[in-house]
Amino acid sequence: MTDAATIQPPRSQWADVWSQFRSHKGAMLGLFVLSLLVAFVFIGPLIWRVDPTYVNPDAAKMIMSRNKPPTLDHPLGTDQLGRDMLARMMSGGRVSLAVGTVAMVLSMVIGSFVGLMAGFYRRLDGPLMRLTDMFLALPLLPLLLVLMMLFRDALASSLGPEAGTFLLIVMAIGVTSWMHAARIVRGQVLAIKEREFVLAARSIGVPSRRIILRHIMPNVISSVMVAATLGIAGAIITESVLSFLGLGFPPDFPTWGRLLYDGVEYMQLYPSRVVFPGLAISLTVLSVNYIGDGLRDALDPRIRGR
Amino acid sequence: MLTYTIRRLLLAIPTLLLISLVIFLLVDLAPGSPMSEIPLTVPPEVRLKMIQAMGADQPVFVRYLLWLKQFFIVEPSYIIDGWFGTNLGGDQQRILSWQSRAPVFDVIGQRLPQTLTVVGTAYLVGILIALPIGIYSAYRQYSWFDQLGTFFAMVGYSVPTFFTGVLFIVIFSVNLHWFPSIYDTTLKVTDWASFWKQVHQMALPVMVLALFNAAEISRYTRSSMLENLGQDYARTARAKGMSERTVVLKHVLRNSMIPVVTIIALGMPAVFGGAIITEQVFKVNGIGAALIGAIHANDLPMVQTLTFIFAVLIVLFNLIADILYGILDPRIRYD
Repeated sequence: MTDAATIQPPRSQWADVWSQFRSHKGAMLGLFVLSLLVAFVFIGPLIWRVDPTYVNPDAAKMIMSRNKPPTLDHPLGTDQLGRDMLARMMSGGRVSLAVGTVAMVLSMVIGSFVGLMAGFYRRLDGPLMRLTDMFLALPLLPLLLVLMMLFRDALASSLGPEAGTFLLIVMAIGVTSWMHAARIVRGQVLAIKEREFVLAARSIGVPSRRIILRHIMPNVISSVMVAATLGIAGAIITESVLSFLGLGFPPDFPTWGRLLYDGVEYMQLYPSRVVFPGLAISLTVLSVNYIGDGLRDALDPRIRGR
Repeated sequence: MLTYTIRRLLLAIPTLLLISLVIFLLVDLAPGSPMSEIPLTVPPEVRLKMIQAMGADQPVFVRYLLWLKQFFIVEPSYIIDGWFGTNLGGDQQRILSWQSRAPVFDVIGQRLPQTLTVVGTAYLVGILIALPIGIYSAYRQYSWFDQLGTFFAMVGYSVPTFFTGVLFIVIFSVNLHWFPSIYDTTLKVTDWASFWKQVHQMALPVMVLALFNAAEISRYTRSSMLENLGQDYARTARAKGMSERTVVLKHVLRNSMIPVVTIIALGMPAVFGGAIITEQVFKVNGIGAALIGAIHANDLPMVQTLTFIFAVLIVLFNLIADILYGILDPRIRYD
């Protein structure tokens, strides 16, 4: 009946996930758009070699070069100090994406650690989950604003305005966004640790630490990945909200959110000044959300199409 | 149910106390304290007096306990005094804003109506948009309407409110001149003309917030409807010859509303948070704007009190969601 040619060679789990992922149109489009944006901010500056912070030292020339509409020299025009908007968009995007990624990694590390500990050790479960509940009940946006207000100047003076703000924003976002990952991981660990292979590992005397690392971690990694994708989107939005409220990065170290904030003053005359950064943020978040959607469908066949 | 409610209410007290302690300590122990804002040219004895006048020379726990007493005992009694003309508050000290030297709760009382009008209307409009969309896209799963709804929900969920707000200003008030871009809080609604003006100026902020809320709620409605449409009781209702309308809008919808109602309750605090941004964009003079102003002015009592009020809102609506869930779904028993 079945000859050897029709039997597919065995595929690894990730090849399977990838083939599932490819069938999700939105996710593939999201991946495409995100790659374009990443290429724009990381490869773009190699081609478009204009200094984003360059202000013409000659005052008269600087005034002449302000608020230019798009031209060949400045494809997106210039801002109120005559700085090139295209170059600023590129450097702003680098910071925005970096903040999103690093904050996400931090929140996933905290979240997975809390989730693993709470799920694996019964004694820690109660206290850690109460802690998670308490963090979930905190008013996060007001607290983030307060954190920024209180620590920004102190950190900026000790580490320099760029590194200080970056560290503070990444830490603040990471510390306030790990709760969902912790809950998801805990739920999975609770189910996995009752499975036979964990019992088998324990019966041959594998220490708890290695059970967690070798046997449980690989099984929760897929849901952490989905949470991580959605976490990037959340972190980028949070950073741009902080910048938009004037409590984020300083103006000479712009992110997309900061560019939008700076553009709001001029939006009646030069709407493109707010539209481009806003569009960049929205497209990034939208494509990341679609990728997360596709990833969730690919990793969990039960919820496909929901 | 009643015991559960009482237990949850009692459990909320330590949570709130802990949160208030966290907020208080965080604001208080941070390096950028307002004492450093006093100019160095001020002579030391005057500086000492200023700090004393603000009550900032006491140890942290004294100030924390005083603040707790003011928040939970003094301020409510002042509110009761205001309502019934009693004199419970006496001349006890209230929480004073460092910015304006006015009681923080008076400022909040002045700001809250603007926030509630805008946020409340927006949430209502959002729910009214979301429910029909969610119901219809579940009923016609994978139709073009469903695809479009999914796409718009994704967009509404992904595009941050500050960008939609700014975009709407550019489109509707700068280019089309349909709506004003700034919310006028001094406007008093007395007749039809001023009512119309109020509707006009509320249109943009309400639209921005409603769009954001509708995206999330419509998704939840859709998935909850989908789950229930496939249940046996829906098939039974169809099999005994009930009209499609009755099956979907009575049998399935009522059951699908259970999780949706809790999501609506859980979303309330987030809406207040979103209002902080929207208020900033449209210059609405609400509590979100008050918080931003207080943060920029280093007005610690105001920041602490407002942040704690946000925390109370979150805990309160979590509680409401849990209790509603128990009341609406008789299968849930919390004993």
